[in-house]
Amino acid sequence: MNKDLTIGVLGLQGAFAKHIAMLEKLNVETIQVRYPEELDRCDGLIFPGGESTTMSKLIDEMHIRDQLAKFDRPIFGTCAGAILMSSDSGDSRVPTFNKVPIKAHRNAWGRQLESFISEIDLSFDTDPFKAVFIRSPKLSEPGKNVKVLGKLKDEIVLVQYENLLLSTFHPELTDDTRIHEYFIKLVKK
Amino acid sequence: MNKGSFEVKVGLAEMLKGGVIMDVTTPEQAKIAEDAGAVAVMALERIPADIRADGGIARMSSPRVIKAIQDTVSIPVMAKCRIGHFVEAQVLEALQVDFIDESEVLTPADEENHIWKHDFKVPFVCGCRDLGEALRRIGEGAAMMRTKGEAGSGNIVEAVRHMRQVQKDIRMLTVLREDELMAAAKKLGAPFEIVKLVAKTGKLPVPNFAAGGVATPADAALMMQLGAETVFVGSGIFKSEDPAARAKAIVLATTYYNDPQKLAEISMDLKEAMEGLDIASIPEEERLAKRGW
Repeated sequence: MNKDLTIGVLGLQGAFAKHIAMLEKLNVETIQVRYPEELDRCDGLIFPGGESTTMSKLIDEMHIRDQLAKFDRPIFGTCAGAILMSSDSGDSRVPTFNKVPIKAHRNAWGRQLESFISEIDLSFDTDPFKAVFIRSPKLSEPGKNVKVLGKLKDEIVLVQYENLLLSTFHPELTDDTRIHEYFIKLVKK
Repeated sequence: MNKGSFEVKVGLAEMLKGGVIMDVTTPEQAKIAEDAGAVAVMALERIPADIRADGGIARMSSPRVIKAIQDTVSIPVMAKCRIGHFVEAQVLEALQVDFIDESEVLTPADEENHIWKHDFKVPFVCGCRDLGEALRRIGEGAAMMRTKGEAGSGNIVEAVRHMRQVQKDIRMLTVLREDELMAAAKKLGAPFEIVKLVAKTGKLPVPNFAAGGVATPADAALMMQLGAETVFVGSGIFKSEDPAARAKAIVLATTYYNDPQKLAEISMDLKEAMEGLDIASIPEEERLAKRGW
């Protein structure tokens, strides 16, 4: 039913294969994006998690920064991807695309020993979501029109701004497809 | 809140995919690695080529060096402990390293038992030469595997041998009938439940990376094309004539491993790679891959 859509997954480094597997499960045409021209074929794009310093360098080395900055269709950024989409990473090593007016704080939960799994509440569904946080960032100071869709206690973990979705956790590491389905709906609009 | 579960451990390994993990001995080297785009660094006292040259007992790095490297970079910091030395592992966990490598590059502390890795909250990576060895380590709780190769040799031949062996062993399992799997598990010397899982899925239950002998961008791309999901580079970077440029080139080669045109561009202006060793010139008892079982 989703075969008329093509969603790209930025395949420079990180958990891109897990996102692709998730999209394929949802019957979406998927491409792994490594070259600027591949973006033209995408109705939507996923910026996966991985190491934000590494991804940021590869984006420059592979001359894909300008095209990513111009890309105006829906984007879903997870973890490192969310950092790159935010207005500020708080770290000069990681310049951001400033697409979503919200601040990101790299590794704010701590090192790997502080990585965790926890249920979070979603604003668009009554059932909680089992969220995997791996050396995750935190988000703060959401701008006007940033909708908070997911919270873990007081922490913002999932937001939407126009056609952009950011999560600080990794829905691709679970079997729960609800957040990817939410993104697909954004792409269809 | 669930911390330190197997899922959380494998989660970090997933994030490191498609990247390069570099051996470093000082904060300065760690900075070069991070600037080149490494996804993680491995903090070591000496790189494998020097361990090989110096001889003697190779142990866990000094906590001071590890701490200094952690304070310098924002990417994950890994460190090695000796095979079976669970107290070195406890110390590394106390230092909050992001991954522990129970490594044959260091002198083994136990010739019979590896560390029971389920007892730890920090994830472990271990070396393997074939599927049986990989599944024994996973049975003990390893959250990531790497093929051993021959560390410090600058020669890719052993890494290729081990990666091909693991992949071939996996393919073999997938064509067996269910009633043949117990015999296969016996032959592999591997836990039956994990053998069944691999036979069903056709892949390891944890990410599989490559290590031991990577010296050039083409070496890294070769391992990726053979099925590695990330590459460890030990002596290959800081024993070369141009560490920063080579580190960057190997990072790019790991992303564009399927693009020979790009690989040619990437490799164009590099200086000399590290000097390599013919494996036959390394006496049997000095081969690191033979440590552990």
